[in-house]
Amino acid sequence: MAQALTRAMRDAMAEDPTVHVMGEDVGTLGGVFRITDGLAKEFGEDRCTDTPLAEAGILGTAVGMAMYGLRPVVEMQFDAFAYPAFEQLISHVAKMRNRTRGAMPLPITIRVPYGGGIGGVEHHCDSSEAYYVATPGLTVVTPATVEDAYGLLRASIASDDPVVFLEPKRLYWSKADWSPQAPAAVPGIGKALVRRTGTSATLITYGPSLPVCLEAAEAAREEGWDLEVVDLRSLVPFDEETVVASVRRTGRAVVVHEAGGFGGPGAEIAARVTERCFHHLEAPVLRVTGFDIPYPPPMLEKHHLPGVERILDAVARLQWEN
Amino acid sequence: MTVQELPGAGASHRPTPPPAWRPRTDAAPLLPDAEPYRVLGTEAADRLDPALMRRCYAELVRGRRYNAQATALTKQGRLAVYPSTVGQEACEIAAAMVLEEQDWLFPSYRDTLAAVARGLDPVQALTLLRGDWHTGYDPREHRIAPLSTPLATQLPHAVGLAHAARLRGDDVVALAMVGDGGTSEGDFHEALNFAAVWKAPVVFLVQNNGFAISVPLAKQTAAPTLAHKAVGYGMPGRLVDGNDIAAMHEVLSEAVRRARSGGGPTLIEAVTYRMEAHTNADDATRYRGDAEVEAWKAHDPIVLLERELTARGILDEAGITAARDEAEAMAASLRDGMNADPVVDPMDLFAHVYAEQTDRLREQAAMLRAELEAEDQA
Repeated sequence: MAQALTRAMRDAMAEDPTVHVMGEDVGTLGGVFRITDGLAKEFGEDRCTDTPLAEAGILGTAVGMAMYGLRPVVEMQFDAFAYPAFEQLISHVAKMRNRTRGAMPLPITIRVPYGGGIGGVEHHCDSSEAYYVATPGLTVVTPATVEDAYGLLRASIASDDPVVFLEPKRLYWSKADWSPQAPAAVPGIGKALVRRTGTSATLITYGPSLPVCLEAAEAAREEGWDLEVVDLRSLVPFDEETVVASVRRTGRAVVVHEAGGFGGPGAEIAARVTERCFHHLEAPVLRVTGFDIPYPPPMLEKHHLPGVERILDAVARLQWEN
Repeated sequence: MTVQELPGAGASHRPTPPPAWRPRTDAAPLLPDAEPYRVLGTEAADRLDPALMRRCYAELVRGRRYNAQATALTKQGRLAVYPSTVGQEACEIAAAMVLEEQDWLFPSYRDTLAAVARGLDPVQALTLLRGDWHTGYDPREHRIAPLSTPLATQLPHAVGLAHAARLRGDDVVALAMVGDGGTSEGDFHEALNFAAVWKAPVVFLVQNNGFAISVPLAKQTAAPTLAHKAVGYGMPGRLVDGNDIAAMHEVLSEAVRRARSGGGPTLIEAVTYRMEAHTNADDATRYRGDAEVEAWKAHDPIVLLERELTARGILDEAGITAARDEAEAMAASLRDGMNADPVVDPMDLFAHVYAEQTDRLREQAAMLRAELEAEDQA
């Protein structure tokens, strides 16, 4: 996945001279995860810029660059390091189109490596998506496959709106037989995909939890459950139609994500599914999420992250008989 | 035992590492003057350009009238709120005057006068404060960024825009305005640092008007002056009398010239005074005395300039009358514009959130449309 992301930026930069990559360590080092590797060498430091270490400054200057017609791609090294930039994000990035009645859209892509499962110490593993999805004006996407890493990042950079691009850190090293495709070859932003068809229940998930759900779906076969797995790919806009169609087919749903459950995206999705599928549901919509705790230290994270067992337990609870 | 007494803790036992870093410049040229720079009432006034000063005078009078009219409009309920710049007109006007057409202005919520002096229609400048929309103009058309209400957050935008323009090879300078309170915000520091590191063509203008709402400068900073803050970032700091439009024009012009020629950013602190309350909703008598306000009246920017120009024969009664007439015409047109009820379309609420409306917003827009239609029929 890491190489697909790099390739997406490289191709975008080669095609469009207004695309600029910026952030802490993105130049000479190629980023702490090496996602920007080689870009400074190929396109020069003016196109792939090592900035001073200040996230509000990084995003704030990107706003000005976008105001002048550039397409900045900003790297926020780690999820929890993005917080100093929140005022810029919420007060300006998300609102500029609206404030100016469409006269000044900001085509900024904000890459945020997020989530746990890599043994990182605190402040390196937050699942911060709930903050972003609660902010009108932001598009929020998260790839779970190598193909999507490329396609969604290309689509994000091409978008005239600001996009928070959440990169699941633990999938950086995932591999796939893959060759870069035109963004049109994979569905763009705003479309969910059924990654596995099934008839017994739908697992609704995204990003780092997709492989876990697929694994759970395989394991559930032994229990006689044929699970459908929907990968949202984009949290805002939310592809309600794909989700609703799936749940109406299966009659049961579990939402799975790493972020805490209270006020997390799963709460919204469960509510929407209940509103739209009430008469099709055989059981309440359940959620399997991270605990509502600050991200735990690495030696304890396995207890926090929703795993196959917890998903299977929820699936078992879907055998709702009142 | 203290740390110093520990074996091996002495400096003589410590190998000296090779220097990885050295200061690049002597800080002295970056330091501001000890006193605010002045032109009016000094020998420097001998160099004044009469035509420029007559224009400055007319703009100041117009600016004062604009402030008075806007304040009156709040009393009539035509403006939701107005943060006055009475006393600060020289800063506002000089900031607009020193910019070329292709340059950009980054105003704060208090700087509508600077936007008007740059040529923006006063009604468009006041849209935010009237409450019919957030920004009443196309920023690209006027090269005026939206008025920024969160403090200092527009400063990194100015840096990014100026940097982008330079990367494209365009001759563009960005001038960003902030108040004394805004210099305490993190974005102020990050913007100055980025600008200096990138040598961005930016001018930072701090209007030190004495108070951040009610908090005086002494509780805002322990620095000798706000201009001193420049030195730590590696850019020149200038301290200037913000009520002396000739000094303001000179110092700002010099900073713009420096930025345009690749010399990088400058931080300017204009020492001025907010004669009125923070906004019409604020009670300034709770935090400052009349004596202080009275003392500043003698240092009014219009008084200072009028005295100098009439003494030198640059301005006569006819000139003063002409300036006042021009200001009255502006006020009349502003009144007309504001007295016309703004046309607001509720469906605009959903029109500019995303390039393409989401299903969710389409649903909510449909709900509002139905409510409006029901209202119409009732």
